[in-house]
Amino acid sequence: MGHIIEMLDITKRFPGIIANDHVNLQVKTGEIHTLLGENGAGKSTLMSILFGLYQPDEGLIKIKGQEVQINGPLDANRLGIGMVHQHFKLVHNFTVLQNIILGMETVKGGFLEMEAAREKVMALSQRYGLKVDPDALISEITVGMQQRVEILKMLYRDNDILIFDEPTAVLTPQEIDELMSIMKALAKEGKSIIFITHKLDEIKAVADRCTVLRRGKFIGVVDVASTSKEMLSEMMVGHKVNLTVQKEPSQPKEDLLKVEHLCVTSKREGHIKNTVNDVSFSVRGGEIVCIAGIDGNGQTELIQAITGLTKPKSGNIFLKGQDVTKQSIRYKNTHGLSHIPEDRHLHGLVLDYTLGENLVLQEYFMPPYQKKGFLNQKAILEHANALIQKFDIRSGQGAVTTARSMSGGNQQKAIIAREISKNPDVLIAVQPTRGLDVGAISFIHEQLVKERDNGRGILLVSLELEEVMNLSDRILVMYEGEIVAQLNPKETSINELGLYMAGSKRGNDLSNA
Amino acid sequence: MILTGALTHGAKGIGQIFYYATPIMMTGLSVGFAFKTGLFNIGASGQFIVGAFASVYIGITMSALGQVHWLVAVLGSLIAGGLWALLPGILKAYANVNEVISCIMMNYIGMYAVNSLVKENPILFDQAKNQSYSVAQSAVLPKLGLDQLFAGSSINSGFLIAILAVIIIHILLNKTVFGFELKAVGLNHEASKYAGVNEKRNIVLSMVIAGALAGLGGGLLYLAGSGKHIEVLEVLADEGFTGMSVALLGLSNPIGILVAALFIAYITEGGFYLQLFDFAPEIIDIIIAVIIYFSALSLLFQHLITRITTRKIIKDNSKEEITS
Repeated sequence: MGHIIEMLDITKRFPGIIANDHVNLQVKTGEIHTLLGENGAGKSTLMSILFGLYQPDEGLIKIKGQEVQINGPLDANRLGIGMVHQHFKLVHNFTVLQNIILGMETVKGGFLEMEAAREKVMALSQRYGLKVDPDALISEITVGMQQRVEILKMLYRDNDILIFDEPTAVLTPQEIDELMSIMKALAKEGKSIIFITHKLDEIKAVADRCTVLRRGKFIGVVDVASTSKEMLSEMMVGHKVNLTVQKEPSQPKEDLLKVEHLCVTSKREGHIKNTVNDVSFSVRGGEIVCIAGIDGNGQTELIQAITGLTKPKSGNIFLKGQDVTKQSIRYKNTHGLSHIPEDRHLHGLVLDYTLGENLVLQEYFMPPYQKKGFLNQKAILEHANALIQKFDIRSGQGAVTTARSMSGGNQQKAIIAREISKNPDVLIAVQPTRGLDVGAISFIHEQLVKERDNGRGILLVSLELEEVMNLSDRILVMYEGEIVAQLNPKETSINELGLYMAGSKRGNDLSNA
Repeated sequence: MILTGALTHGAKGIGQIFYYATPIMMTGLSVGFAFKTGLFNIGASGQFIVGAFASVYIGITMSALGQVHWLVAVLGSLIAGGLWALLPGILKAYANVNEVISCIMMNYIGMYAVNSLVKENPILFDQAKNQSYSVAQSAVLPKLGLDQLFAGSSINSGFLIAILAVIIIHILLNKTVFGFELKAVGLNHEASKYAGVNEKRNIVLSMVIAGALAGLGGGLLYLAGSGKHIEVLEVLADEGFTGMSVALLGLSNPIGILVAALFIAYITEGGFYLQLFDFAPEIIDIIIAVIIYFSALSLLFQHLITRITTRKIIKDNSKEEITS
């Protein structure tokens, strides 16, 4: 088998950073090749170069043995390269079929030849087992289906090099399994697949070989079958990492946060819908309760209602036994509730304020940070420096760096530092590790466990099943705005969890959630 | 001539600059302050004229107040301007009505309301000249000897009040807890909400403060005792819109606005002297507009240049790191 793609000695520089530093990528015909690396390792840059979005500063690209110059996606398409982006590029009010042919329409005398296209799409979908309804609107089909449409789009264009950019991030475990078998079928038919991910289980499940990048540098190519997960993660991060969180069994105490029959309504596409429907649960001191579920099943709305960002329609919220349903956000903030928000740019930080100012974003009006209505810059600075030291927040100029110029991981650390330093009774963390690299993730996990051991109640919302299983003492599964199961992470499996998340299974005993 | 004209009469010219700068400094401050807190106050014009009306009304009718007469008139303009901005503020905060739309409407309502109030009121209206009467002597802003210093000019303590306002707003925005909140709402209102700031109340308050500043500008101009009267014309007050250029040129920074207002007053005054060369006043306005336009552009270029050079420095640094 020859190499279908050879990217040799690729170097790409951006102002202040070398995104790719003499990187090699060689993909054989008919193999599934993973590209592994942390955020910022240069995976996306390398793929953008292959797709013609960037030009490499050095190095050459050979496709099927021929040296080529790729100037744009059209060139890439001509060479048979197709890509499923992390965020799908579909027209939502078009049908599946219309989306597939978009840009490649067969035309006769100025009119669309839909029938010929339909035949070709149906033939493809049968051949690769990609079941879709060609006349369904994109807005009405599931995310997994949408991904299949993206795959069909590539096949319709007769691409034989398929790039999948973190395709599993949005899928349920069952959908992931299906995707894996689709990928295997495609490889068997002679398609070559580049699979970008940082999930080691998936690599072990499907990939033949794996190229590892770290901070823009080429680390090596390994044969997946003969390499352990630990070795892969060590190559990716550069040092040994603890993949599982170390923690003692929890010793839950009294109820700190209690939610009773909470309903939240919101408008979606013109309809008023109960996004949170009669949810009741409690969080005790000294335990981590995790709300698992697929994105968009009401977790965001639930947390916003608890923290006060939106008003619940009905139901009650108790903080340390006190009804705070109608209290202001500031009251909750100052009475023992901390909230690490889902969107750190939208809610967590004022990006144009300095790090120091952001670290007192909820306390600036209290002494010692204010004196007679004036800000006490000295106290703010001291507070900032203490937290920077304690939480190892790295930034260009310390406390006076604008938050905007900091890296995502350090922005998140700043938010976590601020929320933990408030000494809350209840800490709500919504996807606290999203988009962070392995090092930062394990730091944040350690902090959460430490806070739990300090007797705080922690409510964690996560879409990452690994994180859910590793970190939580109790799992509540949310589906369509309801809590459908309460599980013990020690007695359940990722697969079972997935079934609950997809709504195909329901728990019975929810009385003492 | 446009650049040196203002100085041809020495101290008088300088005094005139200060006099012209006073109202536009206030409207500029109004627009800039609102902008810092995330609002676009296009209604400075209406707030300005309403403030002016309040001060003129008090200035003509309440001469019994004696010593503090002018102070009450100034406060009246402040309050009237603030009230005029209250409605757009409330609409923005509680009904999510875009403040630009409601402010523009309030501009016209303010202008017509003031026109009719002046016209209908025989105590205020001088029919012969189709404008308001002059305010009582006790309501004219004290000169504090500034007219001696800048002999022949219309300068008065209004300029000092304007500078005081600039300093107060500067301190408010940068040093106080209240300013910290207001700016946070302007920069990211979602994050301020998350942090527990009452953003609705803050939106209303910053609108009212902005309106009060513009209204004060109106008061300071019409109480100057320099022969300025409210004319019954169907034209929005210029100062409101000049305020936008001032805020833009001053980058919404109070100190920047102070300088920008002086600069615009300077070239405006220089512009008068162009009439000596038979330029039509409209042409002069265009020339002034072009100067302001290019000064704003030069700021843009300066910004671009610093960005490019810092980028280069970063690039060089990273290269050094690699080679070492």
